[in-house]
Amino acid sequence: MKRLINLKRSEYRLMWGTYAAVTLAFLVLQAMIATRSLSASMRGMLVPICAYMVMAVSLNLVVGVLGELSLGHAGFMSVGAFCGVACAIILQKAVPAAPVRLALSMGAGAAAAGLAGFLIGIPVLRLRGDYLAIVTLAFGEIIKSVFNNFYLGMDKAGLHFSMLSDTTGLLKGGRMIINGPMGIGGIRKIATFGAGFALVMIALAVVFNLVHSRYGRAFMAIRDDRIAAESVGIDATKYKMIAFVVSAALAGAAGCLFALNYSTIVANKFDFNTSILVLVFVVLGGQGNIPGSLIAAAALTVLPEKLRSFADYRMLLYAVLLIAIMLGKNSAGARNFFARFRGGKEE
Amino acid sequence: MSTRLVPVPSRALIPERDMGRAPILECVNLGLTIGGLKIVENFDLTIGRTEIAGLIGPNGAGKTTVFNLLTKVYQPTAGSILLDGQDTAGMSPVQVNRLGIARTFQNIRLFKNLSVADNVKVAMTNDIPYGMVSSVLRLPSYRRWEVDAHRRALKLLSIFDMQDAASLPAGSLPYGAQRRLEIVRALASYPSLLLLDEPAAGMNPSETMELVDSIRRVHELFPIAIMLIEHDMNLVMNLCEGICVLNFGRIIAKGTPDDIQNNPAVIEAYLGRQKEEEQ
Repeated sequence: MKRLINLKRSEYRLMWGTYAAVTLAFLVLQAMIATRSLSASMRGMLVPICAYMVMAVSLNLVVGVLGELSLGHAGFMSVGAFCGVACAIILQKAVPAAPVRLALSMGAGAAAAGLAGFLIGIPVLRLRGDYLAIVTLAFGEIIKSVFNNFYLGMDKAGLHFSMLSDTTGLLKGGRMIINGPMGIGGIRKIATFGAGFALVMIALAVVFNLVHSRYGRAFMAIRDDRIAAESVGIDATKYKMIAFVVSAALAGAAGCLFALNYSTIVANKFDFNTSILVLVFVVLGGQGNIPGSLIAAAALTVLPEKLRSFADYRMLLYAVLLIAIMLGKNSAGARNFFARFRGGKEE
Repeated sequence: MSTRLVPVPSRALIPERDMGRAPILECVNLGLTIGGLKIVENFDLTIGRTEIAGLIGPNGAGKTTVFNLLTKVYQPTAGSILLDGQDTAGMSPVQVNRLGIARTFQNIRLFKNLSVADNVKVAMTNDIPYGMVSSVLRLPSYRRWEVDAHRRALKLLSIFDMQDAASLPAGSLPYGAQRRLEIVRALASYPSLLLLDEPAAGMNPSETMELVDSIRRVHELFPIAIMLIEHDMNLVMNLCEGICVLNFGRIIAKGTPDDIQNNPAVIEAYLGRQKEEEQ
């Protein structure tokens, strides 16, 4: 099928180009770490950058490809973080190998967030547009409140949990895992840059391959015209749910990776601001533009760090730069400039 | 589902079992009332398995509403719609499409950011059997069915000689081509009843005559029932075997093109009543 290959060549070029660029960046950074030419603060940001990249790519599936605005994406990150870290702590003795434990925890985080996405999707996906956005915002806040009031402990007798106040009554030698507003403390930092790279590649493969399949076509058809999509037999609710759950599961894995990079994690970290931050990555990178999301996530995570020398004016400068970048990106001149690089890319 | 017509190469090859069978569409006493306003009432219509039927009437007569009732964009408030003998009461637009109704829209509704071929392939989504795992892992079944879907899409596009535009964004096509693409997309869900809402709107006379040829060719290739709304009388009289005239939501005449052209009620609806003294 030469024809098929011809038709899809530009799409494939974009996809393989993205894989290649991410791999190259990973290798360069690994070399810099090996030669100690990367500052300690930058080294510490590598894993969060990977997590934010996955967050941006997964949100782009809902916002850019499916065309529904979700303002609660940090909620799924939170579910993934708490369930994944709890899983890592529970498995600490059973699975001594850190990379295996990390993989299992991310899997558990993804599964939990996917389930949360499914349950939240049932009421949310009955809505459209602004209403859907507001309700996802509400669910993001609900998830935050739930984890702020959730207590989970483990002792010889097994797992204990309680809500609102700590009534787990652990036996001697037991360990508190999730401690309400205090979150999870004493986490072993098993997240590595290599794992982050692997997760970014998995997220890219899932999203790219899904977008180029019958599922992706259905998502984009619903985005472009829901009534026409239904008239040719696309069940809008079903496909919206698929996109929503896949996106939530990827966010959950990213949340777990993110949390396992810190020694403590609290629910308030995954609030509305984080949801908006991820949305900013998506909008800045371009809706439906997956490589754009990666670049935006990396750039906007590094930027505040680079502005540290401006001390008190740091966030002000960050905001001004963000406005400047948004304006610049949408100017006709800049668009023509970028169009030259895209060449055959279909937009 | 098993009764759904499959495309066959020529009209002579329509399966025997379908030829003598009951009509594809039966509307019985169909009605839609919104807030006490009767948009459509007492709509009775029967369409044969391979018939080309026309639905005409002045602006605001309720023609598109009838299409919206048939495709369940609106649920009828009275009467019933039988598709292939099956009552479609309570079904969703998706379900009636799977049962065999496909349509085009008066104001073009393409997936503008998708390529021409992808627009057609969207309509095949339910016929492509690979699952999520195959698509994410790019298993051989993904590739096999994608190649098959692309081949079928190009074949359908070639009916309207559009296969060379397959990779262009649908929104970039000229107006007439967009209308034709809507017809191809509707055909891609392999309907047994095709509803065309003003297919010739905005076309010049020569484009309209081309469209007539194209619809005839579609009808040769796919021996399905076609129902069309159109204001271009030339097209309607040329193409349709039976015509139904609607005015203020009611059927005022039904019959062959010749009957309709000489029907005083139809002339009155279109041109108004002549004054007594002038007669």
